[in-house]
Amino acid sequence: MIVADKKPIEEIIDYVKDHQSILVLGCNECVTVCEAGGKKEVGLLASALRMHFLQQGREVNIGERTLERQCDHEYLEEIRTSVDNYEALVSLACGVGVQFTAEKYMNLPVYPGVNTLFMGANEMRGVWSERCQGCGQCLLGHSGGICPVSRCAKRILNGPCGGSTAGKCEISKEIPCGWQLIIDRLKALGRMDDYEKISPIKNWSTERSGGPRKVVREDLKL
Amino acid sequence: MKVKTPSKLEKILASGKMAVTSECGPPRGSDPDVIPHKAEKIRKHVDAINVTDNQTSMTRLCSLAACIRLKLMGVEPVLQMVTRDRNRIAIQSDILGAASFDINNILCLSGDHQSFGDCAQGQNVYDLDSMQLIQTVRHMRDEGKFLGGDPISRPPQMFVGAAENPFADPYEIRVPRLAKKIAAGVEFIQTQCIYNLDKFEDWMSKARDRGLTEQVYILAGVTPMKSAAMARYMKNKVPGMDVPEEVVKRLAGTPKEKQAEEGIKMCIESIQRLKEVKGLSGFHVMAIEWEEMVPEIVERAGLYPRPVVD
Repeated sequence: MIVADKKPIEEIIDYVKDHQSILVLGCNECVTVCEAGGKKEVGLLASALRMHFLQQGREVNIGERTLERQCDHEYLEEIRTSVDNYEALVSLACGVGVQFTAEKYMNLPVYPGVNTLFMGANEMRGVWSERCQGCGQCLLGHSGGICPVSRCAKRILNGPCGGSTAGKCEISKEIPCGWQLIIDRLKALGRMDDYEKISPIKNWSTERSGGPRKVVREDLKL
Repeated sequence: MKVKTPSKLEKILASGKMAVTSECGPPRGSDPDVIPHKAEKIRKHVDAINVTDNQTSMTRLCSLAACIRLKLMGVEPVLQMVTRDRNRIAIQSDILGAASFDINNILCLSGDHQSFGDCAQGQNVYDLDSMQLIQTVRHMRDEGKFLGGDPISRPPQMFVGAAENPFADPYEIRVPRLAKKIAAGVEFIQTQCIYNLDKFEDWMSKARDRGLTEQVYILAGVTPMKSAAMARYMKNKVPGMDVPEEVVKRLAGTPKEKQAEEGIKMCIESIQRLKEVKGLSGFHVMAIEWEEMVPEIVERAGLYPRPVVD
């Protein structure tokens, strides 16, 4: 899923401080699962904003709504009539949802309520970690199912570098060395011979350096 | 091994004599005299001088410009190049720039992560890794072509090196990793600083068992300790460094004013022991900001005078 983290309330207040009516818009997908921007967080942020404005002696209308998805026209259309009641919108969706909302409602200021971080997994209660950077040319079939692009701090395709120590990355003792994980997997699979195959220079044009990406599936178009 | 480039370092290694290299770190400023001043102290005692490339990710004067200074004063440079800061356009371009000054040695590195340096908020590039940089230089030299396939007019003539750290983890892939670099086209290796001699000898013996020392020249990295504090720092703070407790103890047990002298002595002892290691082709003496000690180390270790080649 896409993992996000709540923005500090001070930053959000700074965005919306001059508005009289604000819609806090949650998303029922990834940000709900990682507890950064679902219905519960919409309620918490709306309360915090109300309290802030009350303390300032201001009456600001704070609306709450959570859509099934903000990255889908169909669901975003559901708020078409109600957005007119608001001067601004704080989206707690990932960066995709924030932008899709902004694109749809051209005259409405839309502010992000979360920092979108990465594509990751829920390791344990309260802990999420990165697994994919969307490089557009998946290498997992060659690397024992562990990704050198997202798990190595240098995205080294022929690792580990000389900084790997006791299974940890040179940048932090808290971060496992991605190449140690790859080697552990290759060993478990009895495929250590694969370690000596050189990964060729990667075509990075399928990742962000190639410009904004798009998937067009003619077979699915209406 | 057959000589393939005009590199003096390659010629010395091919002649079967022990090679000696050292390194100079460029200044954190534009003073043109720093590198020549450091090189002047050691030029008679080494065959080539590496110039580090923004080591530990601290921004410094660039390795290429410093290598050109060495070349202009008649000293053989080894251009260190990390893949952290350059994409494949910049890498190929810098290689050609170096080649235009007949810089004939390159050391292909991935580089320390930028979080260690003064630009921790910067991006890293890693368009290529060190293995792929080795392939790139070999491709440019041997095929005379850019990565994009176009021909290069006057291709670079570079002797291609890389680093190896026999002490990084996991240990079991350290020899396979050397084999991989050889398969990528590396011709000489300069190792991480060696303090754990037993472990290094084991790595070399495993490399010999696979016939790897017949395919690549290995220069053992040595760095004299200035003090017990430095030994402790290297042991605890430098990633991938293996400093056994007895090294720290020996220095700590020496009076403070004698520790530097003891460090030099330990470095010379290491060289003397490592000279006996079969398959070893030379030494890379890294006296960090202590270049003036290199001549003494080289002389006392019996590696002076340096051979003369055409």
